[in-house]
Amino acid sequence: MEGHSVYKPKSGVARWFEDRLPIVGLVHSSAIAYPVPRNLNYFWTFGGILSVMLVAQIVTGIVLAMHYVPSADLAFGSVEKIMRDVNYGWLLRYLHANGASMFFIAVYIHIFRGLYYGSYQAPREVIWILGVIILLLMMATAFMGYVLPWGQMSFWGATVITNLFSAIPVVGSSIVTWLWGGFSVGDPTLNRFFALHYLLPFMIAGVVGLHIWALHHVGQNNPTGVDVKDIRKDTVPFSPYATLKDGFALVCFFIMFAWFVFYTPNFLGHADNYTEANPLVTPAHIVPEWYFLPFYAILRAIPSKLGGVLAMFSAIAVLLVLPWLDGSRVRSCNYRPIYRIFLVIFAVDCVMLGWLGSKPPEGWYIPISRLATFWYFFHLLLILPVVSRIETPRPLPASIAESVLKRVKTRPGEPGLAPPAPGAA
Amino acid sequence: MSGVATMLQDKIMNARMAARAAALIFGAGLALPGLTMVASAAEQEHPPAQSWSFSGPFGRFNTAQLQRGFKIYREVCSNCHSLDRVAFRNLAEHGGLGFSEEQAKTIAAEYKIKDGPNDSGDMFERPGRLSDRFPSPFPNEEAARAANGGAHPPDMSTLAKARTYERGFPQFVFDIFTQYQEQGQDYIHALLGGYEEPPADVKAPKAGLHYNRYFPGHWIGMAKPISDGQVDYPDGTPTTVDQYGKDVAAFLTWAAEPHMMARKHLGAVVIFFLVVFAGLLYAVKKRVWHRWDTEHA
Repeated sequence: MEGHSVYKPKSGVARWFEDRLPIVGLVHSSAIAYPVPRNLNYFWTFGGILSVMLVAQIVTGIVLAMHYVPSADLAFGSVEKIMRDVNYGWLLRYLHANGASMFFIAVYIHIFRGLYYGSYQAPREVIWILGVIILLLMMATAFMGYVLPWGQMSFWGATVITNLFSAIPVVGSSIVTWLWGGFSVGDPTLNRFFALHYLLPFMIAGVVGLHIWALHHVGQNNPTGVDVKDIRKDTVPFSPYATLKDGFALVCFFIMFAWFVFYTPNFLGHADNYTEANPLVTPAHIVPEWYFLPFYAILRAIPSKLGGVLAMFSAIAVLLVLPWLDGSRVRSCNYRPIYRIFLVIFAVDCVMLGWLGSKPPEGWYIPISRLATFWYFFHLLLILPVVSRIETPRPLPASIAESVLKRVKTRPGEPGLAPPAPGAA
Repeated sequence: MSGVATMLQDKIMNARMAARAAALIFGAGLALPGLTMVASAAEQEHPPAQSWSFSGPFGRFNTAQLQRGFKIYREVCSNCHSLDRVAFRNLAEHGGLGFSEEQAKTIAAEYKIKDGPNDSGDMFERPGRLSDRFPSPFPNEEAARAANGGAHPPDMSTLAKARTYERGFPQFVFDIFTQYQEQGQDYIHALLGGYEEPPADVKAPKAGLHYNRYFPGHWIGMAKPISDGQVDYPDGTPTTVDQYGKDVAAFLTWAAEPHMMARKHLGAVVIFFLVVFAGLLYAVKKRVWHRWDTEHA
C-alpha cells in the first residue's frame, strides 16, 4: 500500500544505519505508519492477540523444555517435578497448557471473522491459504504437545491418532510403524514428538511472517468489505490507533486467560492425564482436546475408516479453495442477507460437531453426527458457491469514511434511514 | 474346590485378553462406530457436592483439616497406597500443612528409607530426612497386586486431580464461572462412604470385589478402608467416615496441588492488575480515537 514509507531518520547515526540496513524504516512503515481502515471492529484484534500468544507459547515452552525429560519412564515424573519443585513451574505449565486452548479460541474467532467478512476473497487469497497452513501446523503442534506429559490421555490419544495412518491402503501399517519408531507408541515416539513439538512453532512463526507480509502488501479488509479509496479519509495510522485498540483487546483476552490459569487450570484438560500412561489399561472414553472435537466427530461419522480419515483431512483441505468457491462480488456478510443466515447455521453446525465429538459414537449421536458432517461439506461445496452467485447483495456504502460517518449520524442497524441527530457535524 | 478356582482364573485371564484385544481394536477400528466403544464407560452415579474450604477464588486450605487428613493417610491409606511425589520437606512448606521444619524432620525420621549402596556395596536402611519422599508400601507393582487380590492401589500423589465424573451440559459451562473443580474431591469423599450391600439380584463379577455406590461399574477392588471411630482425632472433630472422607480428600488436594494457595493469591493480584490496566487502556483509546473522529468528521 502506498503512502506509508515516511520514515525519516533524525540523527546522523540513524541515517548512516538506515542507508545500510533499513530495518527501522521497515518497523516504522509496518507498525507505526501502516494505514488501518478506520472502521475495524474488535473482531480485527485477534490477529494481534494470536501473535502475542504465539510468542507467549514459545517463551513458556522453552523454559518448560529446560526441565522436561522426553522419556517414557521419566516424562510424567518430570512434569510433576515442574509442578512441585521448579520455582513457578506450576505457573509456566498452566500458562502453556491453557495457552494452547486460548490460542485455538483466538484462532477460531479469527477464522470465523475471515469467513463472515469475506477476508479470503481477492486479493487476499494467499493470506487465507497461509492461514490454513498455520492452522494445520498449530494442530500438529498441539497434538504432539498433549502427548508430552505422558498421561493416559496422552498415550491413548497418540495411539488412536497415529493409527489413522493405517487406513492408507497397502503401506498404511508400515507408515504407522515408521511413525512410532517401533510396534507401539513408546520411547522413540515420545522423543520425536518432543523434537517436532519444539520445531513446529518456529515454522508457524515463519508462516505467520509471510501471512503478515502478504497482509501488509494488500492491506486489511474491513467490516464493509469496501476497498480503501482515500488513505487520508478511510484509514488511521497503525500507531497509536490500532496499537491502543489491539492492546485493550489483548488485556481483556488476558483476563480470561488468567481466569483459567489461576482458578480453573484443569478445566480444559482431562483428569485421566494425571494418571501416568499405561499401555495395558485403556481409558473408558478416549477424547481429544476440545479444539479437535469437530474434526474428531467428522472422522467418526463416516462408516469406513479410510473414508473417515479422508473426510477429516478434507474438512480442512476444502478451506484452501474457499476463495474460489465464493463467487460473490461483495465480501462482507453485512451486505449478503441470505448467505449470512447460512453462515450462522454453518457456525452452529461446527459447534454441534464439537459437542458430538465429545460424545460416544452410539445411539442417536451417530445419525446426528452424519447429518452435521454432511451439512459441513454441503455448506462449503454447494450452498456457498450457489448462493454467492445468485444472491443480490444490498447496496454498499460508497466508501469506508461514508459508512463511519453514517454510523455516527444514525442509529446502528438502520443505515441512512434515521434523521441526523441534532448537533451532529 | 480347585476346579472352581481354576475356572475363575481362566475367566479372569479371558477377560484380560479381551480387554487387551479391545484396546487394539479401538486403535485400529476407530472409525467404525460399532466397535469404538468396546471399552464403554460404565454408568456412574454423581457424587454429592461438598463444601470445601479451598474452593473458589479466595479459598484456603484449612491447616487443621490437612493435618487430620495426613493422619488418616499415615494410619490407613499408606498401608496400601504410595505417595511417591511428595517429600517430607513439603510438610513444612508455606501454604500447606503448617508443620515447622523440626516437626517435619521428626516425622521423616519415623520412616525407614532404603539407601545405598555404601562403601562395601551393600544397601542399608536409615531414618528419613527432609529431602526424602514418602516410601512406598510395596517394593513394586507386582508385589502390590499380589497383596491386594490382583488390584493395584494407585499412587495418591495426583489422585485428587486424576478422578472425576461427567458434569454434562449445561453444567460444565457454569463450572467455568463458579470455578467448580472439586469433582475429584467429591468423588473421593463419596467413594469412602459409598460401600453398601449390593442389590439382591446383582452378583460380583469375580471374587474379592466390593460393591460401592459411586465407583464406576460399582465393583471395586479396595475393601471398605475406613469405619467410624477408626482414626483418633485429638482435637474433638467427629470421627465419622463422612468427616474422614472430607479430611483425606482435602489432604490429597494439597498432595496433588501443593502450590494451590500461592496460585490463587497470585491470580487475584494478576486479575486486579489486568482489570485496572484494561480500564486505563480503554480510557486512553477512547480519548485518542475521539480526537481523530472530531478532526476527520
